[in-house]
Amino acid sequence: NTKPPRVFPRDSARSPEPGPTATPPMPSTSSSSSSSSQAQKKPAKRTEAQIQQKVNELVQFLLVKDQKKLPIRRADMVKTILQDYKDLASVIIERAGRILEEVFGLQLREIDQKYHAYILINKLERLEGDGMKMDESVAKMGLLMVILSLIFMKGNSARESLVWDVLKKLRVDPEKRHKTFGDVKKLVKDEFVRQKYLEYNRVPHTEPPEYEFLWGPRAAHETSKMQVLRFVAKIQNREPSSWVSQYNEALQDETASASAAGTGN
Amino acid sequence: MGEAGERGGERQEAGNREGSITMASSMTDSHRRFLQVLMSNGIIDAAEARRLHRFFCEQHKVYYAHDKLDDFIGIINTYLRPLFMEIRKGRSEDNGKIFYALVNLAITEATKVASDYAENELELFKKTMDLIVESESGYASSTNILNLSDKLQSKKMRKKEVEHVLQKFVQDKWLSERHGEYTLHTRCIMELDQYICETYQDVKKCNICHSLAIQGQFCETCGIKMHLPCTAKYFKSQPEPRCPHCNDIWPHDTRDLVQPDSHLSPRIPRTPRRISSSEPK
Repeated sequence: NTKPPRVFPRDSARSPEPGPTATPPMPSTSSSSSSSSQAQKKPAKRTEAQIQQKVNELVQFLLVKDQKKLPIRRADMVKTILQDYKDLASVIIERAGRILEEVFGLQLREIDQKYHAYILINKLERLEGDGMKMDESVAKMGLLMVILSLIFMKGNSARESLVWDVLKKLRVDPEKRHKTFGDVKKLVKDEFVRQKYLEYNRVPHTEPPEYEFLWGPRAAHETSKMQVLRFVAKIQNREPSSWVSQYNEALQDETASASAAGTGN
Repeated sequence: MGEAGERGGERQEAGNREGSITMASSMTDSHRRFLQVLMSNGIIDAAEARRLHRFFCEQHKVYYAHDKLDDFIGIINTYLRPLFMEIRKGRSEDNGKIFYALVNLAITEATKVASDYAENELELFKKTMDLIVESESGYASSTNILNLSDKLQSKKMRKKEVEHVLQKFVQDKWLSERHGEYTLHTRCIMELDQYICETYQDVKKCNICHSLAIQGQFCETCGIKMHLPCTAKYFKSQPEPRCPHCNDIWPHDTRDLVQPDSHLSPRIPRTPRRISSSEPK
């Protein structure tokens, strides 16, 4: 399920611009596509090189910020990097996104239109023997996978109490300190939620209040309903299609994301 | 650095190259994967780099030749440099082995660290680096580093905190530790060698390989310094151990200098970025 490769115009493509070049020039590799004279808002005194410099700084900023997997707000980008290039924020963010994808295989996605929060999604699937670091975060992702499965199989939401029960059955007691996960409740309710893997909401009209978990936007980007269903099927040694409604939903989801990828996003 | 592709020896000429595919100068998924591994690990040894080079090229069906690893990395670097990063090739001072590390072409020595470390932690790093670089052996004892705790200008730390931060430095591959002694991690030297040379006027270069020498042996007569692996290699072919510079008797033991590999031991790592999909295939 690799996505079709998208060809990006080289980011170095820039019209020759008079004036000081404060930045090191972008590498001139081969004769890739060059003339991307997009009609951008042309601000008064900024050279293309200065804008490129901001783009490059933003890329590094996003990479550093992404290490904790927390969403990055546009306001933070403006405050730390863009500063008086604020009026060009959209253009610069978009170009930074193109570099992240072209060079690092990471996709910059806006997951919250209201607060303009962004996350980076790895477009490359993990492979057996791909050399990526194995650590406790791999175990955390395993735990997350269990919770995502539960949510999906229960019709896209799962009560908090149910989640804790299931984890307890798997010998991950949320009341006790776990040797890999530490405070399990905190990891699930706090870390996974802040990283946008999960959503944690009050169930309407419950008194005393009850809470439920849903998939967060990052989960939908990094995995898929079909992948989760296959995971469940493997554990239970059944065919994915034996869960009729989940299977159909996962198929629909696949078709939808395939057509979304086809249209370029 | 900068030598042509090392032969692993184990690999024959790659049998059937996919000759029709030209050596592309743009990034492919094989390059991106290679880069992601370096982002995730910080540093990898040459054997792992060769394995991944081959694996990723085959995986993504792009041109592969076993002796073209450095060209492959060169392409990544043309894209990385404008982003203030670079994949560098260097040698471990412990064992002389080749490593590849992702480094920041930082303006200050700590652009990278700065994002994650507090100001007094950075100061601790700087002072630890002073101790290491200005020592003869290239090591600073944990006792001496712990004693820095109340010498910090920015904000004093308790000894316990210093211990904790030291661990973090080791995890993040700024320092490596052996028997309670700390030295600069290979990755740190690869990243900061220029900074170190500019900052410490007295810092020595290795008389054999001419790169920065933190750990090594000194000539007590003329003062030249040599890396341990360079020393071992050099004296192996000499009838008796004499300083290559002043020809005086070399006053140190020159055998068994090369430590067993210290950088390959598992360390506590950074995050991979993706939900590991349950099924490899």
